[in-house]
Amino acid sequence: MTETNRPRHAAEPDPAKTAGTAAQPTATPNTPDVETTDATDATTATSLDTAGGAMRPSAVPVSGQSGIVPGGPDSLMRKIFTGSGMVSVLAVLLALILGGLLIASTDKAVSASAGYLFARPSDFFSAVWSAATRSYVALFQGSVFNPRGTGAAGQFAPLMETLTIATPLITAGLGVALAFRAGLFNIGAQGQIIMAGILASWVGFALHLPMGLHLLLVLVAGVVGGALWAGLVGFLKARTGAHEVILTIMFNYIALYFLRYLLNTPAFQRPGETNPISPILDPSAVYPQILGTQYRLHLGFILAIAATVFVWWVLNRSTIGFEFRAVGANPKAALTAGINVPRATILVMAIAGALAGMSGVAQVAGTEKVLTDGVAATYGFDAITVALLGRSTPWGTFAAGLLFGAFRAGAVQMQIQTGTPIDIVLVVQSLIVLFIAAPPLVRAVFGLNPRKKKAVKANKSKTAATTGVAA
Amino acid sequence: MSTTATSPQPGKPQPAPLDGGAPAAKHHHTTVTAKPVTWKLPVTLLVLAVVAFIFFGLMGPHQTAKFGISTGSDFFQLPALEVPAFLGGIVLSVIMLALAGYAVFLKTRNRKVPAWVTIAFIALFVAAFLIWVVGGARTTSISLAGLIAGSVTLAVPLVFGSLSGVLCERVGVVNIAIEGQLLGGAFTAAIIATLTHNPFLGLLAAAIAGALVSMILALFSIKYVVNQIIVGVVLNVLVSGVTGFLFSTVMQADKDKFNSPAHLDPITIPVLGDIPLIGPILFKQSLIGYLMYIAVIVVWVGLFKTKWGLRVRAVGEHPQAADTMGIKVNATRFWNVTLGGAIAGIGGSFFTLVAIDSFTKEISGGRGFIALAALIFGRWNPIGAFFAALLFGFADNLQSIVTIIGTPVPSQFMAMLPYLVTVLAVAGLVGRSRPPAASGIPYVKG
Repeated sequence: MTETNRPRHAAEPDPAKTAGTAAQPTATPNTPDVETTDATDATTATSLDTAGGAMRPSAVPVSGQSGIVPGGPDSLMRKIFTGSGMVSVLAVLLALILGGLLIASTDKAVSASAGYLFARPSDFFSAVWSAATRSYVALFQGSVFNPRGTGAAGQFAPLMETLTIATPLITAGLGVALAFRAGLFNIGAQGQIIMAGILASWVGFALHLPMGLHLLLVLVAGVVGGALWAGLVGFLKARTGAHEVILTIMFNYIALYFLRYLLNTPAFQRPGETNPISPILDPSAVYPQILGTQYRLHLGFILAIAATVFVWWVLNRSTIGFEFRAVGANPKAALTAGINVPRATILVMAIAGALAGMSGVAQVAGTEKVLTDGVAATYGFDAITVALLGRSTPWGTFAAGLLFGAFRAGAVQMQIQTGTPIDIVLVVQSLIVLFIAAPPLVRAVFGLNPRKKKAVKANKSKTAATTGVAA
Repeated sequence: MSTTATSPQPGKPQPAPLDGGAPAAKHHHTTVTAKPVTWKLPVTLLVLAVVAFIFFGLMGPHQTAKFGISTGSDFFQLPALEVPAFLGGIVLSVIMLALAGYAVFLKTRNRKVPAWVTIAFIALFVAAFLIWVVGGARTTSISLAGLIAGSVTLAVPLVFGSLSGVLCERVGVVNIAIEGQLLGGAFTAAIIATLTHNPFLGLLAAAIAGALVSMILALFSIKYVVNQIIVGVVLNVLVSGVTGFLFSTVMQADKDKFNSPAHLDPITIPVLGDIPLIGPILFKQSLIGYLMYIAVIVVWVGLFKTKWGLRVRAVGEHPQAADTMGIKVNATRFWNVTLGGAIAGIGGSFFTLVAIDSFTKEISGGRGFIALAALIFGRWNPIGAFFAALLFGFADNLQSIVTIIGTPVPSQFMAMLPYLVTVLAVAGLVGRSRPPAASGIPYVKG
């Protein structure tokens, strides 16, 4: 396995071979030469260091863990266009194009004009274009700038809504990203948000404390709730070796049913209410609205910025952050170097849970002001895509949180104006992450792969296609 | 698969699926439970037995629990089973205490606790729990036949899903996308069965849809070496988004035209189908129900008794060795993952072709993750996964019955049970679950 440590810039798959059809992989894995060429992007090659299969590789591609920018010794232009930043932009573009095609495929005008496609193809293509762009324009107006708003305040109201929705996405995304950097796959942000929401809301409506102190306690309760719930996963992982993915998935459901149970008990159910809903939090327990009462934007957004700075500091400037990254890059080496790996595992999960807990607080003390069983919405799962899009860096996650916040905010307006269902956001979001995770695919689609040994590779893939038979 | 040869390999030792006979040598010093016999299982059994004795026995209800066995259509009638709850709880928990004591005794002799002890213990615990729940309810009578038949029905998608997971993980690819495969199968089955008025074509289309979802998983995780868990998580979101989008735009616009699938009705085998208790489970199923039993057996035989299965497990345990022996590692992985997806797709079609009469958003409702739990609790073995899925289906069914007959146990805790049990299983408290050694690790030829 030692060979896999060598970066192979020359071994990029060429566009002709990686056009992305499903039939190709049936053939390609059979020919050794082709295999090695596919897998060894400079970044993925290093991520495959499994010490001869003795340990699991890091759950996160190394491209997400370090600042290595893939790119051969080619021209500056090619470096810019094949760099990870460019791949991210192209991945978003490609996902939007595919999403647009999906929107167009169900559009009435498009299907009408498809009936006479060969008579007047221009009608068909303009119908496709207008169906897709209409939805995306509505998405933009619902998330950033609405020209029909009254005054500057009204025109920028969508942007404020975007920031509000981005708040829990950013903090939960930071939690997932931090765990990624330590090589842990934290799917449990959903459950951590729920546990934080339970504790924070209980402090918010059951205790009656003075202004300031009350909000502080709500925040602390939520953060501790999330940290304990995730820390328990870290503990089980460190002590028993159980896989954190399975544990966090199971913990999500346990938290959800626990919440549903609590909302049917007298301690949590609003008096005189048959629905599972808690009392409203005290006014002293909720985040103040920072830009006036016309926007929902609350103090949680400032705290999300602070959390981003904190995570940046932890990862890049603190000893423990160095230990996290060392464990993430190679747990055995970290152990040999004297790092307490179990302690780092528990600690990184606890901090990740604390960050997700901030999302729970932002939900109950910021936007919702009550506890329901939908307190976490889908923020915990979206946080995974946010962290992946942000390549597990603090500011990348921040930016990705803003982008997905914009999608969420805009999708509501889009559905009202054009009838395009909100689900399209899920499609675009997941496609973005899929494409970002596979840079060779994106580069192949846009024809940006280095033009090395093209002729040789083309021949090889042909032979692979003809000889490929399933084992 | 071209090489589904049925010739077993007599000379070669097969990696034991249950007791981990020969895990790779390095695992001995990397895993915590490297010692041959640990105290975990005996202690866990003892704690559970004491809990059962206190709650189901000493503090048990004093009513009589009544379990109906025969239904009206059975060809001979059995009287309902009446159990005094207090006495039943005491007797069962004393037997559990004895089993736990036996396990402790074996441990002191440094001998392994045989599997039948654990299985018998679980069965007794479930029975005692059932008596306790029903005995303490407002209505102290339930139909055991209905309970078990309902459990099997709820377990069908779980079984297919966990078989998909077994096939993928045995070959070294973690399949978190079971949920997406189930959902994709359910959606495709609904729309194709509606358009063609033919449920069999719907079933076939569901298998193809599941296979396509799997192919994306295989493409990204094998060809592009993207982390398998990332792909799985993202695929679930993608399938949920695409089916949700098409449901809102196409299906809801014209329900009769796109979302009223033809159904697969239960096929009753004459005489056998009327046997009390067993009849409805084994001989009064829909086509998909029968397929489930066939699939479990075929996958088990395939994995453990054929040349193909030996190769598959070799790829999942030690891909380098398999490669050295001339097995095409990544091709084997690709086709197994695809086959797994097709199986999960069939399981998904159960929602729309049998259980419910149309597709709705998120119809799979997280069952893909319960299937994942079942596969782990079943220790990566098709038969084990089958029984684990039945157990989870039972918990699911009991949850709704508990709500109806009104017991003090909150139904949310019943719903929580599969997940709690899985956490205990992966944490090594109930036996030891060891995944295939190379599961989740991409193979790149050096």
